[in-house]
Order: sequence, then C-alpha cells, then structure tokens
Amino acid sequence: VCTSRFWFNYRHVANTLSVYRSVKRLGIPDSHIVLMLADDMACNPRNPKPATVFSHKNMELNVYGDDVEVDYRSYEVTVENFLRVLTGRIPPSTPRSKRLLSDDRSNILIYMTGHGGNGFLKFQDSEEITNVELADAFEQMWQKRRYNELLFIIDTCQGASMYERFYSPNIMALASSQVGEDSLSHQPDLGIGVHLMDRYTFYVLEFLEEIHPSSQTNMNDLFQVCPKSLCVSTPGHRTDLFQRDPQSVLITDFFGSVRKVEITTETISLDHDVTGFESKLPKDELATEPLKYAEQLPVAQIIHQKPKQKDWHPPGGFILGLWALIIMVFFKTYGIKHMKHVF
Amino acid sequence: AASAQFQLAVPLAVVFAPGSVPGDLPRPLPFRDVQEMEIAVNLRTSITSRYELLYRRTTAQEEAALDVATPREADAALRPLQDTSLGSLTVYVVPETSSILPQGINVYVGKHRSALVRAGGTLAALRPRLRQLQQVMSFTASSIAAALSDRPPDGRLGPDARRHLKSSLGYEITFSLLNPDPKSHLVEWDIEDAVNRYVQPVLDKLSLVANFSVDSQILYYAVLGVTPRFDKESSSFLLSAHSLPHVINPVEARLGSSAASLYPVLNFLLYVPERSHSPLYIQDKDGAPVRTNAFHSPRWGGIMVYNVEAPASPQASLPLRVGVDMVRVMEVFLAQLRLLFGLSREELPPEFLVESPGNEGLADWELDRLLWAHTVENIATVSTTLTSLAQLLDKIGNIVIKDDVASEVYQAVASAQSAMAKLATGHLHSAFQASKEAVTSSERAFFDPSLLHLLYFPDDQKFAIYIPLFLPMAVPILLSLAKIVREARQRTKEPTKMD
Repeated sequence: VCTSRFWFNYRHVANTLSVYRSVKRLGIPDSHIVLMLADDMACNPRNPKPATVFSHKNMELNVYGDDVEVDYRSYEVTVENFLRVLTGRIPPSTPRSKRLLSDDRSNILIYMTGHGGNGFLKFQDSEEITNVELADAFEQMWQKRRYNELLFIIDTCQGASMYERFYSPNIMALASSQVGEDSLSHQPDLGIGVHLMDRYTFYVLEFLEEIHPSSQTNMNDLFQVCPKSLCVSTPGHRTDLFQRDPQSVLITDFFGSVRKVEITTETISLDHDVTGFESKLPKDELATEPLKYAEQLPVAQIIHQKPKQKDWHPPGGFILGLWALIIMVFFKTYGIKHMKHVF
Repeated sequence: AASAQFQLAVPLAVVFAPGSVPGDLPRPLPFRDVQEMEIAVNLRTSITSRYELLYRRTTAQEEAALDVATPREADAALRPLQDTSLGSLTVYVVPETSSILPQGINVYVGKHRSALVRAGGTLAALRPRLRQLQQVMSFTASSIAAALSDRPPDGRLGPDARRHLKSSLGYEITFSLLNPDPKSHLVEWDIEDAVNRYVQPVLDKLSLVANFSVDSQILYYAVLGVTPRFDKESSSFLLSAHSLPHVINPVEARLGSSAASLYPVLNFLLYVPERSHSPLYIQDKDGAPVRTNAFHSPRWGGIMVYNVEAPASPQASLPLRVGVDMVRVMEVFLAQLRLLFGLSREELPPEFLVESPGNEGLADWELDRLLWAHTVENIATVSTTLTSLAQLLDKIGNIVIKDDVASEVYQAVASAQSAMAKLATGHLHSAFQASKEAVTSSERAFFDPSLLHLLYFPDDQKFAIYIPLFLPMAVPILLSLAKIVREARQRTKEPTKMD
C-alpha cells in the first residue's frame, strides 16, 4: 500500500512497486496481490521519462514496466477501502481481484509506506489511519481466521508506533524507525529531480535480491537489515505475538509462495463404456427455454438497503440559535446601553 | 469463547441372517441398543457420538438377496430393501461358513450404505468388527477434529492441521491443458466429452455438498518453472520431489478465474512436455518414478504430466498430432479430486474388502463422511462468526445494525440450532441443509459492508471534536447566566431588606 500522492512523494510509489516486483519474482501471482497506489507518477506531467518509475539512481531499474496490476488506484486508496479489504466487508459488486480471499492457511504480507506520525499513518493528505484501527482490523481478521500468519512492514517516520497496539496472535511487525525518529530517503536523482527511494526499503530490497524461491534464509536476517549506521533511523521489530521462533520462519514463507505438494499415488478405475451416457442427451431439450439475463448484482438487497448514513453535521439553525442566545444573554447582563462600547 | 456440544446420532441396523445369530445376545431379537462415546476435541468443544443400534433378523426378501454368489450382487440386491437415508448404516451378518464372502475376507464394505460381516460366533467377537466398520463408514474422532481444526483454543495451529478443502457453498473446477511446444505437438483433448462422461457423474453425486461449475482452457507456451534433469540410465527427464513446490507458481499467473464468483477454484492441469524434454517423469522422495506421473497441492488442485511417445521414424513431420487418452487422465484427476476433498482410502486390515465406487467416484458412505465433517464445520463456523460479531458490537457500542443484518443473524441462529437438533436425531440430510443456510446467513451478516467500525465515531472522538468548539463560546454564556441568577436573587431579597 502506498499512501501518498503527488510528485514529491515519488519515492513512496517506487518503494511499493519495488516490493511488488520482488514478491512477484519470488513466485506470488497477481491474483494473490492487492496493490494500492495513487499511480500518479508514471503519467505525471512532471515525469521526464513518462511511463516509468525508477527505483535506482542512473535509472537502472524501471519498476513500473508493463506488467503491473494496480488494484486500487488514485482516489480509491482510502482508509475505508483499505479496512474493507482487510476485514472483507466489501460491497457484493466488487470483483475478485479487489478482494482479499484468504483463509486460515494463508500467510499475509502487508507493506505500507507513506508519511506517518506517532500512532497514525496519513492517507493521501486527507485522512489518517490510527494504530488502534489497524489493530482492530487485524483482530477482526483473526476472528474470522482470515490469516495463518501475518507479516507487517511499514516504512514511514515513527513507524514503530503503528505496531504498538497489535494484540492478535501470529503477527510479526517490522518498522523502519522508532517513535520520535524520522525515516530518511535514500538518494535524489538529478535527472528526475526527486528522491527515488527510502533507505529502509532500499536495503530491504538489496537483501531480497539474494533470495530465490528455494532459499532458506530466515527472518532473523531480515531484522538485521539496515543498521543505524546505514539507515540513520533505528529499525524496529515486534515478534512477541508470533508463535514460532523467528529463526525458523523462512523469508519465502511470506515473500514467496512455496506450496505444499503431495504425490498422487491413487487412481480410481473408470469404466470406459458408459452406457448411461445416452441419458444425457434429453438435456438438449431444456436449451429451448428462453434465455434470461443472469442477475449480476443482488438487486433485491440493494433496493431494500437504507440510504447510506451521511456524516452528522449540526444543523445550521443550531449555530444561529446559539449565537442568538449568546447575544441575548450578553445584553441582558450588561444592558443595551453598553452596545456602543462593543461595536 | 463459544463452547459447543455436538451430538451426532447415527442409526445403525445390524441384521442377522439365519445361522449367524450369536449365542450371547442380551435380549431376544429384535432389540435396540445405544452406544455413546465422547470425543473431546479441545477444551471448549466436545462431540458425543451416538450409535442407535437396532438388532434384528433378516426378512425373507433380504435372505433371498443374500443368496447370491458375490457380495457385489448382494449389495445391489439389498439396496432397495434398506434404509437409504443419509447417515444411516446397515450391517448384514452372514454365517461363518457362508460362501458369499471370499476366503480370508471377513468384512465387505459396499458402495452404498451397507456392509457384510462374517459372524464370529459371539456378539463379543462381532463387536470389534462393528466398531471398526462404524469408524470407516461414518466418522472418526480425527475426521471430526480435523473439521474443527481452524478453531484452536490458544491460537496454535499444528503443522498437520487439516488441509482439505474448507466447506464452501460452491467450487469452481478448471481443467487446463498446457502445451509449451505447439510447434512439435498438436494436442487435442475432447474435454467436453470427458467431462460429460466421467466428471459429471461424480459432480452429480457431490451436488448435495455444493454447487460445482466446470470450465476448461488450453494454454500455449506455458512452461513449468523448473528445468528437469536428464537421467542417463532411463534416458528420460526427471522432476525431483523437492522441486515440485516451485512448479505451480509460474503457471498460476497464466491461469484465469471467473471474475464474478468467489468460490474456491480447483485447477487440474495436464502438462504435455516439450519434445526436447520428453519423456518427463516425476520422482518421489525415494527416487522412484511415480506411477500416475501426477502430484497435487492441498486446496489448490493437481498437475499431471502426459508424455507423448516419440514418433516411430525420426523424419515424421512436425507438429505431431496427439490425441489425449482422456480415460487415463480423468482417472488421475478424479482421484486427486477425492484427495482434495479428504476422501482417501485409509489403511484397513487385510480382512476388509472395500468395493470400488466405479464411475460415480465415491461411495454413499464416503459422501456421508464428507457431510458429517462439513456439517460440524459449518456449525462451528457459525458459532465463531456470531460470537465475534457480538464481541465487535460490545466493543463499539454505537454501531447501527440494519434490519436485514439483524434478520440474517436471527436466521443464522435458528438454522444452527435446527442443524444441531437434527444431528442429534440422526437426520444428516436436513442437518446439512440447515447448516448450509446457517453459514450463508451468518457470513452475510458478518461481512455486511455497513459494519465497518470506521463509520461509527466513538464517543471520545465526538467530545474531542466538539469541546474545543463550544467550550470557549460557552464561558461567557455561563458566566452571564450566573450573573443573572445572582441579580434575580438579589432583587427578591431587596424588598425584605427595605422593610
């Protein structure tokens, strides 16, 4: 999830796309990735190289390319949509690619980047998600067994505050900086004119470049990435909610997708000459039924839904009445003759 | 923390053929007996299995049906004479000297809901065989515990927790033919015919469990992610067992799935290796080639490698036309389908003979096993879902529950209670239907889009927004009101003073 928009937040988009690329390289298909980006970099009028997003100085690696599947783009990246994806409380018309169809045996990796503060993360300059809301969303996921294990990585200023409030089991969290520290960006590119990546994600990616689908590297190595000498901020991690020892957790458990397979040793025996097959032919008669349009949406449910609750605003008359009360009391107390002193 | 007490009742009839009645019956035939056994799953869930046994003699029709040469004919003949409702079992006890069971076989399990057992002389000798039959044909402690394995009491999931398909209202099955080398092989498979002939009967039998939709596709230039090794001894290419997990992912990106449905997808892939990598065999852990040349992944599907014979003459024109032998392929795919659902042939003692279900794919009692597991799993899911929904409402007190969400919750509770009641009386079919309705309603209630806690401001946030707005305004008002009250009191006091 990249929670920033606008040109000067180029590095957040590059961060997210680089992690997306690594995860795809290690085997996770697009159908198992939900990518939320503001997606305003590649075609931004200020981009000197249109249709590209670079993650390295000297424009070595174009992480945008032609194989990026963005599920939530631009103004769809909101706190509400993010929480809907996590908890599964999505309107029924949402397509499969925008849903998190995980079950109790799924390991989930969540990577978030953007601007953050002590206990909150800013979404697109207009709203925030607090650490309490995030912890509650994870608890809702746990209650419905929507994950087996969850790895949460956050690269923002004061990122460690976001994982302080987690209380659901089987969550491991990594952050790029502690409370009170800022996460710094890595290097500006003079050709493009903005910073291309953040330090923590840059070193994480260097680490991931050495991982291949069958590697046995474990999480303890990931914790060592980006020490203070390189990163200036102190990365933090939290493993107390995790059942297994981080030493035994492979990187590919979260970043790659290694399936459990079993050799098929049984077969069933089928009868070649199936005489009962002829009885299927009468089904063709049913095809003469007039064709109907299949209902795509649950119309009955939508029609009977009450209109969406709008935010409560105090009625305008209330403010007027309040001011009228203030003025009345003022003049009752001090007398009308004082009016010339006031105005 | 919801606690659940399940009672699973199974009507079981033990029918004695003439000459097989044991000498140590506690009461004269016919009589009823009840066997209850407690299965403790974890601290909060317990299952009581209750076998309602009816011991009786055979009727004249049943005797005539048993008077045949093979147990299979007896099974077919007995079928119209017995109770065939889902979940019930009938065991026919034949005399020790009966020739209907082959030599060395003491128990025959038919493909419907009945079994033939050779009498052991006494009831005490018969009991162990009966108990084992009960375990095989209905449910075991482990199969029910596995169905509940996603509700660990303390958050710990064992490594061998159940990996069978979770109970769902529907499944999508996709058959894909992967041809990485279309220049050399022109592969044709008559999938529609094969599906109608072999797959549809199995799905019809399973239609009680869920809705199935089948589609198929052909993918060209789709390669496996792993390069197979060439083995000089057998002059073939080998895929070792530990490279198999990496085969699936590169292919999965190319497999599509229906955008509209949210049902779990089962992929069955048939891979025809390139001419340069033919023949390709899969090796198991010991290095021996796998007979089926196929492997499967739990909750995902299966892959089978179909080798094309090299052409007789090296000058044969490319591409070679390849007609796929769908029977061989479907035998493997349907076996994988059974395994994905958890219907595997367990190890049985050699005196047991289990009838093969043939083209139907699974025996009636295997369907029952699936239904028992799914019903219990559904009810457990409903109780967890509704409990967590109640906890959410406790936490955020001012969530508004819409009328339709409330009615779904009531319906879920009513259906779940009805399902538990029906389980306790042995009506498996209606129990399963009720549990399906309960799950549908509870999922609809839990995942209703209006329950996002973000939409409901907690009270402290409301205070935090409005107090800085109104408090400074309120200070002069309150002070003035105090002054008014003081003046009014002075005025009423003054007349008394003046006097």
